[in-house]
Amino acid sequence: MITRRTFLQSSAVAAAFAASADSARADNAPGVTDTEIKIGQTMPYSGPASAYGVIGRTETAYFKMINEQGGVNGRKINLISLDDGYSPPKTVEQTRRLVEDEKVAFIFNSLGTPPNVAIRQYLNDNKIPQLFVATGAAIFADPQHFPWTIGWQPSYVTEAKIFAKHILKTKPDAKIAILYANDGFGKEYLAGLKEGLGADHAGMLIKEASYENSEPTVDSQVVTLQGSGADVFLIAATPKFAAQAIRKTFDIGWTPVRYMTDVSQSIASVMKPAGLDKSKGVITAVYGKDPTDARWKDDPGFKEYAAFIEKYMTPHELIDAFAVYGFGLGATMVQVLKQCGADLSRASVMKQAANLKDLELPMLLPGIKINTSPDNFSPIRQEALASFNGASWEQFGEVLTG
Amino acid sequence: MGEFLHQLASGVALGGVYAIMALALVMIYQATQLINFAQGEMAMFSTYFAWKLMDLGAPYWFAFFATVAASFIAGVAIERLIVRPFANAPVLASVIVFIGLSLIFNSLAGWLYGFSVTSFDSPFSGRPWFGAGYISAHELGAVLVSLCVLALVYVFFRFTPLGLAMRAAAQNPVSSRLVGIRVGWMLAVGWGLAAAIGSVAGMMAAPIVYLDPNMMFGVLLYAFAGAVLGGIDNPFGAAFGGFAVGVLGNLIGAYVVGDEVKLSVALAIIIAVLVWRPSGLFGRRLVARV
Amino acid sequence: MVERGGTPHTVVTLAIAVFALVFPFFASGYHLYQGEQVLIFAIALLGLNLLTGYNGQISLGHGAFFAIGGYGTAILITKFGLPYWAAIPLASVVCFIAGFLFGFPALRFGGLYLALATFALAVAAPQILIYKGFDAYTGGAMGLQLAKPHAPFGLPFNVDQWLYFFCLASAAALYWAASNLVRGRVGRALIAIRDQPIAAETMGVNAALYKTTCFGVSALYAGVAGGLSAIAVGFVSPESFGLALSLAFLVGIVVGGLASLGGALFGALFIEFVPNIADQLTVSFGESAKALPGAVYGALLILVMAAMPTGVAGAARAAARALAWSRQAKVE
Repeated sequence: MITRRTFLQSSAVAAAFAASADSARADNAPGVTDTEIKIGQTMPYSGPASAYGVIGRTETAYFKMINEQGGVNGRKINLISLDDGYSPPKTVEQTRRLVEDEKVAFIFNSLGTPPNVAIRQYLNDNKIPQLFVATGAAIFADPQHFPWTIGWQPSYVTEAKIFAKHILKTKPDAKIAILYANDGFGKEYLAGLKEGLGADHAGMLIKEASYENSEPTVDSQVVTLQGSGADVFLIAATPKFAAQAIRKTFDIGWTPVRYMTDVSQSIASVMKPAGLDKSKGVITAVYGKDPTDARWKDDPGFKEYAAFIEKYMTPHELIDAFAVYGFGLGATMVQVLKQCGADLSRASVMKQAANLKDLELPMLLPGIKINTSPDNFSPIRQEALASFNGASWEQFGEVLTG
Repeated sequence: MGEFLHQLASGVALGGVYAIMALALVMIYQATQLINFAQGEMAMFSTYFAWKLMDLGAPYWFAFFATVAASFIAGVAIERLIVRPFANAPVLASVIVFIGLSLIFNSLAGWLYGFSVTSFDSPFSGRPWFGAGYISAHELGAVLVSLCVLALVYVFFRFTPLGLAMRAAAQNPVSSRLVGIRVGWMLAVGWGLAAAIGSVAGMMAAPIVYLDPNMMFGVLLYAFAGAVLGGIDNPFGAAFGGFAVGVLGNLIGAYVVGDEVKLSVALAIIIAVLVWRPSGLFGRRLVARV
Repeated sequence: MVERGGTPHTVVTLAIAVFALVFPFFASGYHLYQGEQVLIFAIALLGLNLLTGYNGQISLGHGAFFAIGGYGTAILITKFGLPYWAAIPLASVVCFIAGFLFGFPALRFGGLYLALATFALAVAAPQILIYKGFDAYTGGAMGLQLAKPHAPFGLPFNVDQWLYFFCLASAAALYWAASNLVRGRVGRALIAIRDQPIAAETMGVNAALYKTTCFGVSALYAGVAGGLSAIAVGFVSPESFGLALSLAFLVGIVVGGLASLGGALFGALFIEFVPNIADQLTVSFGESAKALPGAVYGALLILVMAAMPTGVAGAARAAARALAWSRQAKVE
C-alpha cells in the first residue's frame, strides 16, 4: 500500500539517486579547485628508511617546476608530503590527516610495502586513488580486489624472474646462492626467484641467507654463502648491504656471477663504496638511464633531467638513483592529470591512471614504455640487463618483459 | 675450514670496532654510572666530520687526528652544557636527555649530509691481506687500532697523574674533592675521552659498514652486549667482550641458529651473562651489606 | 609518595572526562584515530609506570610486550576467528605470562643492566616477529590485516566512534584498576621495594614475587594497548613495533611523571602530538629540512627535562605544594 510515508521515502530516494548520479559524473575530487590540485603522500623522512626521503623531495621540486611552467590545464599541483618514519601506525595517521583534514584529491607514491598495505583498505573503501605506490611488491597490482591501488616500478617478482630466466639461459647447471633482506622486499625476491626457476629447476638454489636491516654488516652471511660452493650469487639487498656484499665477495676471493637488485644500482651509493674494480661484472636489471653514464650526455631526456636538478635540487643529487625515480614518477603523474582534462573526479583520475598507453619518459631507457589497462596495474614491466664495467652500467641484450 | 676461518676473521675485525665502542661506553659509565645511549650517534657524527674534512681535500691522517681532537672538545662541551645540569635529577631524566641527543645528532647528520650511503676512505688499502683474503688490510688495521687505543687508555689511567685523578674522582668523589681534585672537570674529561674514542670507532667502522646516518645503530647494540659480557665497569673486560661478541655473533649466526636471529643471539648473550654473572666476566662483583 | 586528591585535581579530572566523552561527536575520523592513539599510549604508559615509576625497574623494552599484544590479538582474530573483545584480553594474558617470566631473570640484575637487557629485547623483537618459522601465523613480512569492529547492539556510532569509546572504556577501567592497586597494600609494597629493598624484605615483603608480578602486570597493560592498536590501525607488521616505540614509552612516562598515574595522559599526549609539532616548526626551513624535525624533537626533550625533571605530574605536584604553603604562610 502506498502511504504518504512510503511515497515521501521513495521520492527522497529517487531524488538522492538522481543527485548522486549527477555528482558522480561531474564533481571534482576534494582538494581540486579552479587553480589547484591538492595531493598527498607519506614518505620516510626519518627513521630506518630515511634514505628514500630524496624521492619525496624530488617530486615536490618536480611539481614546483611544473607549476612554474603553468601547471596542468591551468591548475597548480600542490603535493603535501608528510613524514611517517616508515611506521604503519603513523602512515595511517598521516594518510587520514591528508584525506580528512587536508582533503587531498588522492594519495600519490607513498613509500614502502607495510605503509601502503596499512592504508590500502581504508583508501579503497573510501574510493580514493592510491596511485603509483613506491614499492615493488607485486601485491599492489591487484585491480580485481583493490581497484583504487596501482603500482609503478617493475615488481621484485618480475625482476627476480628476469634474472632466473637469464640464469637458465646462460648457465643451466648453475648453483645459486641468494642474500636477501629479512623483510617484504627481500622475501618477495626470494619467492620470485623460486617462481622463475620453477619446480623442475628448484634444486639450483642451494643456499639462502638473510640479514636484518639493523645489522652492521652482512660479511658473515657472504662467507656462509661462499661455503656452499655456489657459482651464482643473487644479491637482494638495499644499497648499504649490497655494497658490503659486493666488496666482501671480492675480498674473500669468491668469483660467482653476481646479480644485484635494481634498487641498489646507484653507482655513487653502491659501486663506489664497494670499490669500482671490485664491482666489475655485477649484473643488474635497469629500466632507467644512469645519470653517471657518459652515453646519455647528449640525450635530450637526460638533459631535461639535468636541467631540472640544476635548477631545483642540489648538485650531488644528480647521480642519486632515487632522484631519477622521483623525476619519473612526477612525469607520470603529470601525464595522468593531463589525460583527465576537465574531469578531475577521483573516478576519472583512477580511470586515466589505468589508461596509460606506451608512455615514454625522459629518463626511461629507450624501448621501455609505461602501459596500464583496467586489468594491468603494473605500469612498468620491462627491464634490460646491464653489466658493470668498472665505470658504468653497460646494457646488453634487449629489453625483457617479466 | 676455510669458511670457519673467514667467519672468525670477520668476527674479529668487527669485534675490534665493538671493542672500541664498548670502551667508550665504559669510560662514561665508570665516571657517571650512566650508560650513554647517544654514544653511537656521536661517533657517527664525528665520522661525518672527518669525511667532510677529507671531502675538502685534507689528507687522511690529518682528518683523523683533527676529528679525534674535535670530538674530545665536543665531548667536554656536551658534558658541561647538557649533561651536567642533570647531575642531580633522577637517572631517567638523563636517559631521556641521551635519547634527545641521539635524535639531534642523527637528524643533524641527515640534514647536513643526506641519508644516502657514502664511501669512507681507509688509511689501509682495501686489498685482502694474504692470498686467501681472510681479512682485508683495513680490517686488520682496525683491529690493530683497537688494540692501540686499549693500550693507550691503559697507560693513561695507570701511569699519568690525570688518569689517576680521574679514577679517584670516579671511585670516590667526596674524598677526591678533599685532596683538591676538580671532580667536575674530571667528568668532563671523561666525556671528552669517550667521545674521542667513539670517533675512532666510527672511523674504523665506516670503511666496513659504509657511512650513513644510521650506521652506528647496530654497532652500538653489539657494543652494549660486549660491555655487559665483559663487565661494564672494566675497560679491558668490555673490550674483550666486544671482540667476543663479534666472533660469537658470526659463529653462532653461521653455524647454530641462522643469521636472521643474530640480534636475538645478542639479546640472549646479555641476559645469560646477567643472570649467571651480573657483573660480567671481568667486572667487579658488588656485594651489598645488609 | 601517593597521590592526593583535592579540588583542583577533581576539577581537572572532570573536565578531561567531559571532553573525552563529548569530543567524538564533533571530531573527524582522523581526530578520533589520534584520540585512540593517545588512549592506547596512555594504557601502555600506565603499565610501564607501574613497573618503572612505582617499582623502580627500568624497562626500555615494553614495545616488545606491546608487539606481543598486537600480534597475539591479530593472530587470534585472523587465524582463530575470535571476536576482538575476546582476543584482546586473551592476548594480554599471554603478555602477562611473558612479562612475568622475563621478570625472573630480571630479579638478578637491576638498574641500568635491566635497561640494557630490555633495550636488547626491544631491538630483537621485530626480528623474532618476522622469523620464518612463525610465518604461517604472523603473516611474515607482509603482516596481518584486521577489519575494524562495528558498534554492537546497533548503537548509533560509526566505526571510528565505536573504536574510540572502546579504547576510552578500556583506558578508564585499567586506570581505575591501577589506581586501586597503587593506593593499597600492593602499591606501598612496590614503592618500598623500589626505595628500600632490603628494609622491605626484612619487613616480610616478598620482593621477588612482587617484582615479577609487577613485570607481568605492566606487560599485560602493554599487551592490551598493543591489541587495541592492532585494531585501530587495522594492520600489524614488524615495522609497527621498532625500538622507537619502546623509547617513546620511556619518554612518555618520564615526561608525564614517574609514579604518577595521571601523568600517563600527559605523557601520551606528548608522544602523540609533539612530533607533529616538531614537524610544523621546521616547515619554514624549506624542503631540505625534512630531516630536522627529529633534531627539534630531541631538543624539546632536553628542554622539557631541564624545565621539569620530574615530569609534568611532578611539576604539577610541586606547584600545588607551593600553592598550599603560600596559602598556609598567609594564614599564619
